[in-house]
Amino acid sequence: MNFAKWSKRVNKKYRLIISVALLVGLIAICAAFFATADIDILQPQGTIANQQRDLLVIVTLLMLIVVIPVYILTFAIAWKYRASNTKAKYSPNLTGNRKAEAVWWGIPMVIIAILAIITWQTSHSLDPFKELSSEKQPIKIQVVALQWKWLFIYPEHDIATVNHVEFPEKTPINFVITSDAPMNSFWIPSLGGQVYAMAGMSTKLHLMADTAGTYKGSSANISGEGFSDMRFVARSSTSEGFEDWVQKTKQSNDKLSVDEYEKLLQKSRNNAVKYYSSVDNGLYDTIIMKYIAPAKTDQKAKVQDQNHTEGMSH
Amino acid sequence: MFGRLTFEALPHDPIVLGGAISMGVVGIIVIALLFYLKRWKWLYKEWLTSLDPKKIGVMYIIVAVLMLLRGAADAGMMRVQQALSSGEASGFLASDHFQQIFTAHGTIMIFFVAMGLMFGLINLVLPLQIGSRDVAFPFLNSVSFWLFVAGMMLVNTALVIGEFAAAGWLAYPPLSGIEYSPGVGVDYWIWALQIAGIGSLLSGINFLVTILKMRAPGMTLMRMPVFTWTVMGSMILVIFAFPILTATLAMLSIDRTLGMHFFTSDFGGNPMMYINLIWAWGHPEVYILILPAFGVFSEVVATFSRKPLFGYKSMVWAIAAITFLSYIVWLHHFFTMGAGGNVNAFFGIMTMIIAIPTGVKVFNWLFTMYQGRIRFTSPMIWFLGFVVTFTLGGMTGVLLAVPAIDFQVHNSLFLVAHFHNMVIGGVVFGYMAGITYWFPKIFGFKLHEQLGKYAAYCWMIGFLVAFVPLYILGFMGATRRLDHYEASTGWQGLFVVAGLGVAIIGLGIVLQITQFIVSIRQRKQNLDTTGDPWNGRTLEWSVPSPAPFYNFATLPAINSRDAFWKTKFYKKSHEKPAYTSFKLPKNSPFGLMIAGFAFAAGFGIVWHIWWLAALALVGAITCFIIRSLDEEPEYTVSASEIAKLDAGTRS
Amino acid sequence: MKYIEDSKTTLGFWIYLMTDCVLFASLFATFAVLRNNTFGGPGGNELFSLPFVLLETLILLISSFVCGLAVVSARKQQKDRVIRLLVATVVLGLMFIGLEINEFRELAAEGNDWQRSAFLSSFFTLVGTHGLHICLGLLWASFLIVRLSTSKLTGTTVKRLFLFSLFWHFLDIVWIFIFTIVYLMGALS
Repeated sequence: MNFAKWSKRVNKKYRLIISVALLVGLIAICAAFFATADIDILQPQGTIANQQRDLLVIVTLLMLIVVIPVYILTFAIAWKYRASNTKAKYSPNLTGNRKAEAVWWGIPMVIIAILAIITWQTSHSLDPFKELSSEKQPIKIQVVALQWKWLFIYPEHDIATVNHVEFPEKTPINFVITSDAPMNSFWIPSLGGQVYAMAGMSTKLHLMADTAGTYKGSSANISGEGFSDMRFVARSSTSEGFEDWVQKTKQSNDKLSVDEYEKLLQKSRNNAVKYYSSVDNGLYDTIIMKYIAPAKTDQKAKVQDQNHTEGMSH
Repeated sequence: MFGRLTFEALPHDPIVLGGAISMGVVGIIVIALLFYLKRWKWLYKEWLTSLDPKKIGVMYIIVAVLMLLRGAADAGMMRVQQALSSGEASGFLASDHFQQIFTAHGTIMIFFVAMGLMFGLINLVLPLQIGSRDVAFPFLNSVSFWLFVAGMMLVNTALVIGEFAAAGWLAYPPLSGIEYSPGVGVDYWIWALQIAGIGSLLSGINFLVTILKMRAPGMTLMRMPVFTWTVMGSMILVIFAFPILTATLAMLSIDRTLGMHFFTSDFGGNPMMYINLIWAWGHPEVYILILPAFGVFSEVVATFSRKPLFGYKSMVWAIAAITFLSYIVWLHHFFTMGAGGNVNAFFGIMTMIIAIPTGVKVFNWLFTMYQGRIRFTSPMIWFLGFVVTFTLGGMTGVLLAVPAIDFQVHNSLFLVAHFHNMVIGGVVFGYMAGITYWFPKIFGFKLHEQLGKYAAYCWMIGFLVAFVPLYILGFMGATRRLDHYEASTGWQGLFVVAGLGVAIIGLGIVLQITQFIVSIRQRKQNLDTTGDPWNGRTLEWSVPSPAPFYNFATLPAINSRDAFWKTKFYKKSHEKPAYTSFKLPKNSPFGLMIAGFAFAAGFGIVWHIWWLAALALVGAITCFIIRSLDEEPEYTVSASEIAKLDAGTRS
Repeated sequence: MKYIEDSKTTLGFWIYLMTDCVLFASLFATFAVLRNNTFGGPGGNELFSLPFVLLETLILLISSFVCGLAVVSARKQQKDRVIRLLVATVVLGLMFIGLEINEFRELAAEGNDWQRSAFLSSFFTLVGTHGLHICLGLLWASFLIVRLSTSKLTGTTVKRLFLFSLFWHFLDIVWIFIFTIVYLMGALS
């Protein structure tokens, strides 16, 4: 036998083996990855996130009804009607078919109609502004986006924290959110979706954690140079654990006075977690009001001036 | 005297300096070559002052490809940064620099690559497809192109003098306001887009009037090629959307320069208004980009399946539906801003509805292939890649259209993967197919097929390797625009894979550049001698290749769709055609000059050099007035001249 | 003499006017959203004098009417009459601009300039953009006057005069909206 022909045949076999080996390897890596990775949105830990994940699955399945036939058709048609396949029927004058078009106008319309109903329902049931129903008394937490850290104020407990928010499990949390910085977005993917944090406005987010656990939180809207630092820890603890945590925080030497808040307003990156044992009364509302109404006191002018000077010295 | 411009504005960061120097070196080489080859006069006469839309189209595409290289370099840097900066490592880019890079990346890709490729193809193909010799307003066409270049020059000048915006490609306030972005970056962004935007708006008017008023006799709307229909839809979108951009950029600009309070957080300003306005432009913009790409595929699939397009009427209705619907979906870009259940649901449902006509188009293309004789040339490969990727992107789009799901994935890498899916899989693949398909018509020879196919494969595989990890990262809670992240997130591996994907796309781009060079060298072997290298169906294939400056020696009479195809079955007439004289526009330097003044005005406003801005504005208006005084902007091609030229091309 | 019917240019100009319409619509939408954001400062009901605005409106309406007469005269080839009517249009337009600049100056002198509040920013911008368009129109009209005075009434000039009149009438219509939405509704709020 000819050496060239033999080497060609061997090469073909090796090519097949190598391809199969690569494919198996790829599948193995993917499997290992998905088994061990933290995929927050697909491994929800909260009431809202759970419903969102289910919604994701349902909508995807509904669309696969159209997507899979499209993929199959594409490759089947491309293969069968390739020019070299002279046995296939050739209809050079085929310009349309009413019935076929009715099918692919009609079936997607039906699917979209179903999706529309699902969308209407879930846009209301999973609206971040909608309160969660539960027998437990909700806990209120005020969130302020700063440059570049998150401030959490607990008005019912008179404590505050930076870059760490803690709450009891299985308890509805009523977040109210604002910003004393450019627009940010408050997001804890394990527990639910996000809401924008905007100066002069107060948005709401209602979440509830299923169990105790520690989760990642971040800002999902660019707010300046230190934007990547806008990470925080969200921890849900048992009710006793939460009470312990509140008590411990009340032991802190730091207090969130007006002066302390002013220091927080200065731009800073990589902020460590901070705990405040008391909070200036009505701080959250003051923060919002300064954008809505003109300055009444020198203090407000001072705060604004500081923002301006900070902005200039780049 | 020089406003706020000082020597501080020159780059001191080594990477930026490197980029600036390489741009400068390339510029100097090009200028030196022009002197050496003594081609200045040729360049000026044949290209810079030409009002021939074919020349203008080629220039658009050259600029767009150059900007693709810059945008891709930005993408490469971003991928490397994110692959490196896990945990304690901080990558190689400072945060502010990284933010300027992704802002430049988005701005360049949308405004100067995608829009450039689109307007380039339209200039090349539209007049030929409708049987016309030119567009409705040839001088405005030149102004549009040069304003596009002026905007591009401002973006590139920002690299060398000063800084670029670092607030994202749409620069939301309050971050883009004067308080949080006091530098020149956002101003460069505003004026680059404002100037290029006016160019786009003028083109929108120009091409719409061209389609409505300059079709060959007998070409009713329902006999137009589908590419022409998509251009019409796209230009209607341009006309209604770009003025919103003009107004919004102007308001942001006077917020920053004159201390106004449209979008400030205090003094009653409302940043949410900016977001509404910018997306009321922004959403139609993406449909502006995709519709002509759909049009390209309609032509490509029909030609290479050797069958007429399936369901022409359906396609036209689908285009009309997409055009209309694209105006009423803009809020889906900010479900998370808190508009409430009713409003969110309405916009979500409207968004999903667009999937219906889009799906219809895909099925019609597939059934054009059905019972056809399909040749898998590289444009068809691009089409197949489009079907695979765009369908995936459409699916993730519907997911994003459900507000409750969007709350989880908004502004995450899932969103980034989705829109790159649409823009790369749809817009880029479409325009690459279009360039390959129409290249022989403009230059007289085909591009090297095999290299084109390899490039297409690289783009497709590279796209999947680069962006499927991003979908997964989005689900893992990864926000977009991060320049570093904690090691405990476990994201690094996927970022490395994504980086590999971008490298594969980069290989695809290298192959395309190689294809271009090899094709030029081998052009004698790939000559298009008949004017109809692909056995095409539409009018542009009825003229010789390269298309003569007058397009058609005699204007064709149309009596069906796929006008050219039908004529292939008639007996060839041996009568001499009845030539008549016609007028064509003379060259004009004023497009170039107006844009030069526009650039100077933009630069002046950015740096607060008010006398420069004022003088430049006066200069631009003066050019316009002088041009309007020109009594004879056209020259006549006599019947005998055209008879001679036509005989020459036929032999 | 037939004037040159250039349907392409006319269509193109109508479409341009539509885009200008969308531009104004964006400014109107912004005004509507920000109209009550006075940040503690004065609103429309304190700032606007309806009689004054009525005067401005009448001046602009008359100038539009006069401009229409100019187009009719042009079609009748009455060059001198056209010039006189165009001059009248420009004079009336200048009066309008003068009154508007005066209004702006008074507001600024009282401390109610565009930096005072979002409401005032959007007021000055919307009304000011209209004023800027008027100024460009006056420039255009002046140019036509010079052209007419120095050369014949050609078909091209008649066409350009017609397009100018379209522009001028369009600005009149925008003013009606401004008058209604900004001044009337503002003063009566």
